[in-house]
Amino acid sequence: MIKAEPKIVGLLIAFLVIGGVIGYLGGWLAGTPSQGQTHLVTEKTTVTQTHVVTEKTTVTLGSGQTVFQTVEKTVTVTTTVGAATPTHTPLAGDIVIDGSSTVYPITEAAAEEFMKLHPGVKITVGISGTGGGFKRFVVGETDINDASRPITKSEAEAAQKNGIEWIEVPIAIDGLAVVVNRQNDWVTCLTISDLKKIWEPNSTVTMWSDIRPEWPKAKIVLYGPGPDSGTFDYFTERVVGKAKSSRTDYVASEDDNVLVAGVEAEKYALGYFGYAYYPHAADKIRVVPIRDDKVAGAECVAPTDETVRTYKYPLSRPLFIYVNKKAWNEKPWLKEFVIFYVEKGESLVKKVGYASLPSEYYRIAAALLKAGFLDKLYTISIVPEWRNAGPR
Amino acid sequence: MGYPILTEIRRSRVRLKKVLDRLLPVILSIAVFLAVAILASLLLTVIISGGHRLSWNLITNYPSANPNEAGMRSAILGSIYTVGLSTLICIPISMATAIYLVEYSRGGKLSSILSYNISNLAGVPSIIFGVVGLGFLAYWLGMGRTIITGAFTLAILTLPLVTVTSVEALKAIPDDLRHGAYALGATTFQVVRYVVLPRALPMMLTGGILGISRALGEAAPILVVSGLIFIREDPTSLFSKFTVIPLQLYNWISRPQQAFIELSSAGIIILLLVLLILNGIVIGLRYFLIKRAGQL
Repeated sequence: MIKAEPKIVGLLIAFLVIGGVIGYLGGWLAGTPSQGQTHLVTEKTTVTQTHVVTEKTTVTLGSGQTVFQTVEKTVTVTTTVGAATPTHTPLAGDIVIDGSSTVYPITEAAAEEFMKLHPGVKITVGISGTGGGFKRFVVGETDINDASRPITKSEAEAAQKNGIEWIEVPIAIDGLAVVVNRQNDWVTCLTISDLKKIWEPNSTVTMWSDIRPEWPKAKIVLYGPGPDSGTFDYFTERVVGKAKSSRTDYVASEDDNVLVAGVEAEKYALGYFGYAYYPHAADKIRVVPIRDDKVAGAECVAPTDETVRTYKYPLSRPLFIYVNKKAWNEKPWLKEFVIFYVEKGESLVKKVGYASLPSEYYRIAAALLKAGFLDKLYTISIVPEWRNAGPR
Repeated sequence: MGYPILTEIRRSRVRLKKVLDRLLPVILSIAVFLAVAILASLLLTVIISGGHRLSWNLITNYPSANPNEAGMRSAILGSIYTVGLSTLICIPISMATAIYLVEYSRGGKLSSILSYNISNLAGVPSIIFGVVGLGFLAYWLGMGRTIITGAFTLAILTLPLVTVTSVEALKAIPDDLRHGAYALGATTFQVVRYVVLPRALPMMLTGGILGISRALGEAAPILVVSGLIFIREDPTSLFSKFTVIPLQLYNWISRPQQAFIELSSAGIIILLLVLLILNGIVIGLRYFLIKRAGQL
């Protein structure tokens, strides 16, 4: 019986050695797949391009006559090209995208259309969740992260530590729909404070009557997304005031179908999920209008495409893509993809059933990105008179 | 006959036994009916909701935002690659483990500790294996989030299940056969090679079938190891990125549009077909082995 021992130890060591060899062999064989292969030309060439730019200047004369003054300018652009120039060779390369499953359908549509135009570009999109995606993004593993909330402070610090810079591009707007059962006839409006009272950690609300005394003395059953989703992060930050701080005695699911089915079946249920899902379930559940009681004179607003888009609805939230700045500079095909994404943004967003930002935004943002202005795109996605721009 | 009360008791017992004898097949057939009915209703639901979405597009197209064009070609290929490879890794290792446990160290303390732990391992949630695959295989060993990582993760996941079945298969071979061979002067290797293995192999492969079925249906560990859904190219090597059918279905079913939910039902039918094909290969192999074992 004792003699069995050396055999087993030997077996274990053999497994470890074999595993190690296979692993290292794998790593060696895999090498660096994306960077090395795309640039086949290594010598540097200097290309001098001469453009004749015709500039039309409009001069208005005192008499009201308009005269076009044509000035011809010769602009010489000297570009030092390291390798394959994007203008001369078809785009080819890898783009690695991961992140929120809420943003995934838009990115999927964008990637699909872009790959139809540029078959050489290989795009892969994952759904690790906003937080899970950021964990990979901040170590430089991915080029783009889909995010259903802004990057958090700790994620930003981790990125800085690893020398990762990013470009934040708002892509669409989603809201958080708060829903109840269709038989629920007492709730006509909830305030942000009500929601806070219900959802904060150690909440004392167990009955509907704990919110308003005139509401039924029945146990409230709560439904919401699980703690890995950006929807959860955003709701807790916006309502409770601190991201990821929520009561835990609720039914959590990442699948909105489960939440809808729960609220549909339970008379005393209350739940929340992404607004993009609501129109498809509108006949099964009822959405509750929300009033932001921190803003004086605010009214109860039900989420509709219009109120969500204009941030009139208090629980509107922007959806983003985060682009790795280093990859943006080094991969011409990535730059092209992001600009394509933003330019086509409005139609893509509508195609997959989300609320889009105003069309001017997509035009301006695409132009700015093309011109190399990469920061603070978020500020132009908000129109000044919009009351509520979410927690920023 | 002197105690009428005893006779009475005996009579009533006999009656009870007769009633039980009649009743038992009914109870058993109800159980069979329930199992079949549940399976049939599941299949029926899937076919009714997704049957009309079945098309070649679903097999030959890459994922798309347009439900009419969307397919799961990359997912099907990824599933076949990872599950096939994981079976090739898992069956030999688990067979070797089982042979060692049963034939070489039977009755040993270590062997019983090991087999106890292997049985326990079979109950570990699959996501744990995904985390192991990501941390150990993908990052520590540097294999990356590739097909081979997925295959090894699935292999580790199914290893306990297949090993336990293989151990049972070996134990089912009567000791008389072994003793007879030993009495003729055979070595342990010869006993295993010529007496035990040919008879145990068919049942060991049943373990392989269970392993394949489990591996093919797993979404959680692959979500951790790969996390990808959208891939528009076929895997070209063991170090390609990949996705699998359950992940694609998970993504479709959690979308709001009715069309995608129907599409996921159609996808489940495809998943079952792939499962049938993969299992069919092993069942064919088992049939061949049973025939050969019969000729021994």
